[in-house]
Amino acid sequence: MSPTPENPVRKLLRTERMPSIWCPGCGIGTTVNCFARALAENGKRQDELAVVSGIGCTGRVAGYLDLDSFHTTHGRALPFATGLKLANPKLDVVVYSGDGDLTAIGGNHLIHAARRNLDLLCICVNNLTYGMTGGQLTPTTPQPAIASTTPYGAFEPTFNLPRLAASSGASYVARWTTFHVRQLTKTIREALDRKGFRFIEILSPCPTLFLRRNRLGEAIDEMRFYRENSVIKNFAETREAELGYRDSILVGKFVDLDRSRPTWREAYAARHAEVLGDRFIRWTGPAEDEVRGPGEGEA
Amino acid sequence: MASSEIKIGGLGGQGVIMAGMILGKAASLHDEKFATLIQAFGPEARGAACSAQVLIDDDPILYPYVVSPQFLVTLSQDAFRQFAPELREGGVLMFDEDMVTLGKLPPSIRTYGLPAMRLAESLGRKQVLNLIVVGFFTAITGLVSEAAARAAIRDTVPPSTIALNLHAFEVGFAQGKSRLADKTN
Amino acid sequence: MKPDSRGLLSGRLFIDGDHACAEGAIAAGCRFTAGYPITPSTEVVERLAQRFPFVGGTFIQMEDELAASITVLGAVWGGAKAICVTSGPGFSLMMEHLGYAAMTETPVVFIDVQRGGPSTGLPTLPAQGDMMQARWGTHGDCRFIALCPSSPQECFDLTIEAFNLSERFRTPVLLMMDEVVGHMTERVVIPSADDLDIVPRRYTDKAPGEFKLFEPRDDLVPDMCRAGQGHRIHLTGLTHDERGYPVLNADTQDRLVRRLADKIERNAAQIVRVEERNLDGADIAVVAYGITARIAERAIEMARAQGIQVGSLRLITAWPFPTERLQRLASEVSAIVVPELNLGQMVLEVERVVAGRCRVISVDHAGGTVHLPKQIHAAIESAAREAGVMRLPLASER
Repeated sequence: MSPTPENPVRKLLRTERMPSIWCPGCGIGTTVNCFARALAENGKRQDELAVVSGIGCTGRVAGYLDLDSFHTTHGRALPFATGLKLANPKLDVVVYSGDGDLTAIGGNHLIHAARRNLDLLCICVNNLTYGMTGGQLTPTTPQPAIASTTPYGAFEPTFNLPRLAASSGASYVARWTTFHVRQLTKTIREALDRKGFRFIEILSPCPTLFLRRNRLGEAIDEMRFYRENSVIKNFAETREAELGYRDSILVGKFVDLDRSRPTWREAYAARHAEVLGDRFIRWTGPAEDEVRGPGEGEA
Repeated sequence: MASSEIKIGGLGGQGVIMAGMILGKAASLHDEKFATLIQAFGPEARGAACSAQVLIDDDPILYPYVVSPQFLVTLSQDAFRQFAPELREGGVLMFDEDMVTLGKLPPSIRTYGLPAMRLAESLGRKQVLNLIVVGFFTAITGLVSEAAARAAIRDTVPPSTIALNLHAFEVGFAQGKSRLADKTN
Repeated sequence: MKPDSRGLLSGRLFIDGDHACAEGAIAAGCRFTAGYPITPSTEVVERLAQRFPFVGGTFIQMEDELAASITVLGAVWGGAKAICVTSGPGFSLMMEHLGYAAMTETPVVFIDVQRGGPSTGLPTLPAQGDMMQARWGTHGDCRFIALCPSSPQECFDLTIEAFNLSERFRTPVLLMMDEVVGHMTERVVIPSADDLDIVPRRYTDKAPGEFKLFEPRDDLVPDMCRAGQGHRIHLTGLTHDERGYPVLNADTQDRLVRRLADKIERNAAQIVRVEERNLDGADIAVVAYGITARIAERAIEMARAQGIQVGSLRLITAWPFPTERLQRLASEVSAIVVPELNLGQMVLEVERVVAGRCRVISVDHAGGTVHLPKQIHAAIESAAREAGVMRLPLASER
């Protein structure tokens, strides 16, 4: 009789770095669990996938995954990932970051990455606030929630992220909450096999800074809220995905264009091949024979 | 030996920078001299006025700007108005006689006009105006050799237009030679 | 190693400094750039956009300089040699990513074609006002290597040198051009592949599990790897240990930040390059860089014709600064004249290093054009007179 099989997720985590920095009840760990499970189920080789994060609580995801992992600067995970993917086309590149990082300071990069249809999977953990810096307003904080920088309640309109991504040109758009672990895992697994710019928003509780400040209870209460107020509607019009304060949450897979749009790399190659013919030389990634031992670099 | 300072001024689209490029290339790549080219940037690079500064020297060039040109080519009235006062005493002014009406100049300045625009039109392509000017300049000044100028044209213009451009150069060169002859006669 | 001759336009060209940079990058094996248009540097990326498809390279025009400056870093970790090119305002926007590149020890080349500032300043006209920004512009404490070409030929040569230094020391290297060398067209000789030396990336030969991304060798430089090799690296701008994991305490900070500085400073002898002319027996020295060094040579010719013993020391590397050479020079001459297209930047470093051993005279200029040789000449002349080494009467007295 073999011993208890190892949790398939475990080998994808840097367990020596645990416990994580995340607060009790934080949903980011749940999303990582779903991601790792999706990866394990998908069967992608661990060494052919890299994860890129920005700054913030979700920005720390990269550090806990046993993959090539890049913790970049605030807002710039997408452009870093752009360079990484274009230089190494064989690599699957996942951008994993938070709502503040991807849609405020990095918002410009988000719309352009979607417009270019870069071959990236972008996972946005939306906890409606800046956790790392103490609970400030983000572009997704619903009106009139209290944040540390809106002590009298938020009054700015918010981004509808699925709509933003879809209208900017994303090939695949979905939204789930951390309550929907099975659906989320399945969606990530599927999105890993799609190409082009894929955007998954995950609503996730920030008990310490969002729930508590708004007197909304504990993380478990938020799970109950997600369960009771989520409406699953695949291929819904993304304009219906607006998020209100304590309002219903539209979830599901909204866009799945897959092969109907060329990725940036495909468009680059097609255009240059059309104009330059045989003279166009494709970049296929760094040559393996470049790998060399110490000392030779000093020649 | 001090550098020969050349300025070419005209309008956008006349190929002023290309003319400077061919002269600089002829001197530095084919005559084994030293040459620098600086183009006037700024709003004028996109608007009407346009100018090129070329220095040619037997020694490496240290200061790359034209302070007071010995050789000035003006292809527009504006260029004449702006640059003619900079001409050095004893300098040479070359100009498109259809585009430029000469104003008052110091007596030491030698002037050579040619109908560059009309000649270009007679060749069927207005775009070769600058090559006519390069030919004219080469004949008048002798600053670059004829062979070097031809070589520079060959490796600058699109391959399919080499013959036409060399022909334009010939036309300008012949004009220059005949103007020189007029002056000496 | 030798460059790929297929990408090399060996021969003699009549091109400007910006175009020469692009050719230098291609010769050095650079196959990636992410750019954002800005005068007067745009021609570099325009040429790369035109040339890269023929050599297997990739150019992507990004949405801003913040994006461009980190896209190139991503490309390096993907396994490409990459370059990022900008000017003034764009250079300011890129500062955070220069710091990130230094902290993560990413070998990469950044070019700043300097124009008049501050702010939008003079987009099409020269200055050398970013020299201290190159040194101190990013937050925190770090060291950069910065090179200053003074001709289109040197734009080619030093772009290759910048790549070589970046790989040798696993660090970002800055090429601090100015609008004049960038836009001036001149003869540029591109050697054949056999006559060029390219430093390849020093990839580790250690097995996954054994390799530590920030474990230095004796030269203080760690070996490289790239994503997808199985090392499962972690890269962060946070203070980190040798594996790259964040360790946020004073001891780790001290060890890391000092090594990053020492990596440049203790290896300075291998990095620093100057060009000296007529310094044997000179009474006066001119210290200059970039286009100003060329203009200064004209002033020096004028002064030497008067019998003044004046020579020049041209900074090819501005950072690290040639401290020892300047200290020796200061004890040999009576004055050092420092012309530059700013209101006195590198002269501060000259003064610091000279520490009173001789006079230091700044010949400042707000930019927009270059000095007139006579402005530099006047400073040399007055230094000579002050020092009592003026052997002929002043021009004004003749």
